[in-house]
Amino acid sequence: MLQVTNLEVVYDDVALVLRGISIRVAPGQIVALLGANGAGKTTLLRAVTGLLDVHEGEITKGSVSLDGTPIHKLRPAAVVRMGIGQVMEGRRIFAELSVEENLRLGGHTSSGSHKERLERCYSLFPVLATRKRSTAGYLSGGEQQMLAMGRALMASPKYLLLDEPSLGLAPKLVEQIRDLIVQINASGTGVLLVEQNATMALSIASHGYVMENGKIVLDKPSGELLADEDIREFYLGSHTKSFRDVKHYQRRKRWLS
Amino acid sequence: MVDLLEAVIRGLGRGSIYALLALGFVIIFKATRVISFAQPAFMLAGAVLVTFLVGPLGFWGALIAATLLTALLALGVERSAVRPMVGRPAFVVAIITLGVDIAVRVVVNAFLGINVRQVDDPWGLKTVELAGLRVEQRHIAVLLTTTVLVAGLFAYFRFTRMGLAMRAASYDQEAALAQGVSVGSVFAVSWAMAGGLAAVAGTFVAAGENVDGLMWRIALVALPVIILGGLDSLPGAVVGGLLVGVLQELAANYQAEYAPVWLGENVSIITPYVVMLLVLLVKPYGLFGTREVERV
Ligand SMILES: Nc1ncnc2c1ncn2[C@@H]1O[C@H](COP(=O)(O)OP(=O)(O)OP(=O)(O)O)[C@@H](O)[C@H]1O
Ligand SMILES: [Mg+2]
Repeated sequence: MLQVTNLEVVYDDVALVLRGISIRVAPGQIVALLGANGAGKTTLLRAVTGLLDVHEGEITKGSVSLDGTPIHKLRPAAVVRMGIGQVMEGRRIFAELSVEENLRLGGHTSSGSHKERLERCYSLFPVLATRKRSTAGYLSGGEQQMLAMGRALMASPKYLLLDEPSLGLAPKLVEQIRDLIVQINASGTGVLLVEQNATMALSIASHGYVMENGKIVLDKPSGELLADEDIREFYLGSHTKSFRDVKHYQRRKRWLS
Repeated sequence: MVDLLEAVIRGLGRGSIYALLALGFVIIFKATRVISFAQPAFMLAGAVLVTFLVGPLGFWGALIAATLLTALLALGVERSAVRPMVGRPAFVVAIITLGVDIAVRVVVNAFLGINVRQVDDPWGLKTVELAGLRVEQRHIAVLLTTTVLVAGLFAYFRFTRMGLAMRAASYDQEAALAQGVSVGSVFAVSWAMAGGLAAVAGTFVAAGENVDGLMWRIALVALPVIILGGLDSLPGAVVGGLLVGVLQELAANYQAEYAPVWLGENVSIITPYVVMLLVLLVKPYGLFGTREVERV
């Protein structure tokens, strides 16, 4: 079980961005984390994977634990070794390196030869196998997303954190990515799926959280979220997630509360 | 013609030394985005260590031992003086390395004393006849040593786990961290490598001559070399080093004939800077540098 409890995160010693977040991902489960721009989704993932330091961020309260072991004080490398892999926002592949070099880096902490892990990766993403020697930066957006996912899987994680994998992809590709997530999950990997594309995320998740201004405002099984009025209106209504709509949503919420 | 070719080979010998030094600068820069000015001190330290070790170990044994010891010294410097400054402006860290350079040189100079110390290399000033050319053996030796080291380095960065991690970290530190790369180890390894390379360079500078407390100045030539080669490019460091070495020898060889008298007798000293200027006019990021690299 990957568990975040009452987490508070502050950037630059002043900006309180997460205000007491609690979420949990059970082994082999897919959990969706939804929320508008700036809600703090990426920050939450950074807190889990030990990357807050890079951004002058700090956990001021709460904890993150994996199967009961606290991991929020660990360095990123230790978190990877514990079995948590991530696909960062914006994919962050190493554009200058080849596809296979990117994958090998994903297995940096794994012991032994990369051979078997690479095979597994290539069978899951055949397109990467045909481009293994190409410079990663020349791949299409969808291929880069697959590379980022394959790279994270090279460490054979128990839990995979995905930060907006559908961002900037055409609907057909979004579908493909969704199916791949299901496939990865089917082999036993727990998935925390951060998305703005709520339709996609909730269609495969068993549970969902909605975040707003650093707080969890909804915490329900996906079925119920899909039926929820607010969610229907503001996350599922139109596919073009307009920032103005989101802003409007936040304003209205504040007005109501 | 013979004259020209002999000058070129001398230049390659001299250029190999620049290349070794420049590689160290570039390796540290790629890992930390800081120019380390401690290279001259490591160069001197390496040569002085060889003078002490050459008795019991012989030249090659002493060279290897001194290289490892200097790498260790660089590791210690990185850990104690540089790592705590991570995150400070690059300029501040660069100045700290300058302080480290001076401190290390003061200590090394104490060991050097006023005695004449030699690295006792097997070549001295002996020459060998190669295809009708008279070539100094030490120039061949440094060229071959450099070739082996460069080949080893390129293989390391291409095929090993840590080498690949170092390249990745130089492109995107956060993404490398997310893969489980320890950026601290990347810093440490890059400093150790740079220290070792400088030690080899220093030893070959002293080959055929005495260890001179002022020989560290040669390391300063590596600065125009890395800028003209491209700050973040290993091939640039090698090509730039060899190029500058050859052009310098050519300048020294032919200035009496072709250069105007008012230029004086040491045109070769300013050659590296002139070449750098000319290259930068045409290629603002150096011969092999990448665009995004910040300018110094
Ligand atoms: N390095 C940082 N320093 C200071 N503030 C930051 C930093 N990174 C993010 N923030 C702030 O923290 C808040 C949450 O940002 P975060 O990136 O976690 O949101 P997000 O939910 O991932 O948004 P998006 O959907 O746009 O990716 C925002 O207000 C943002 O401005
Ligand atoms: Mg985000």
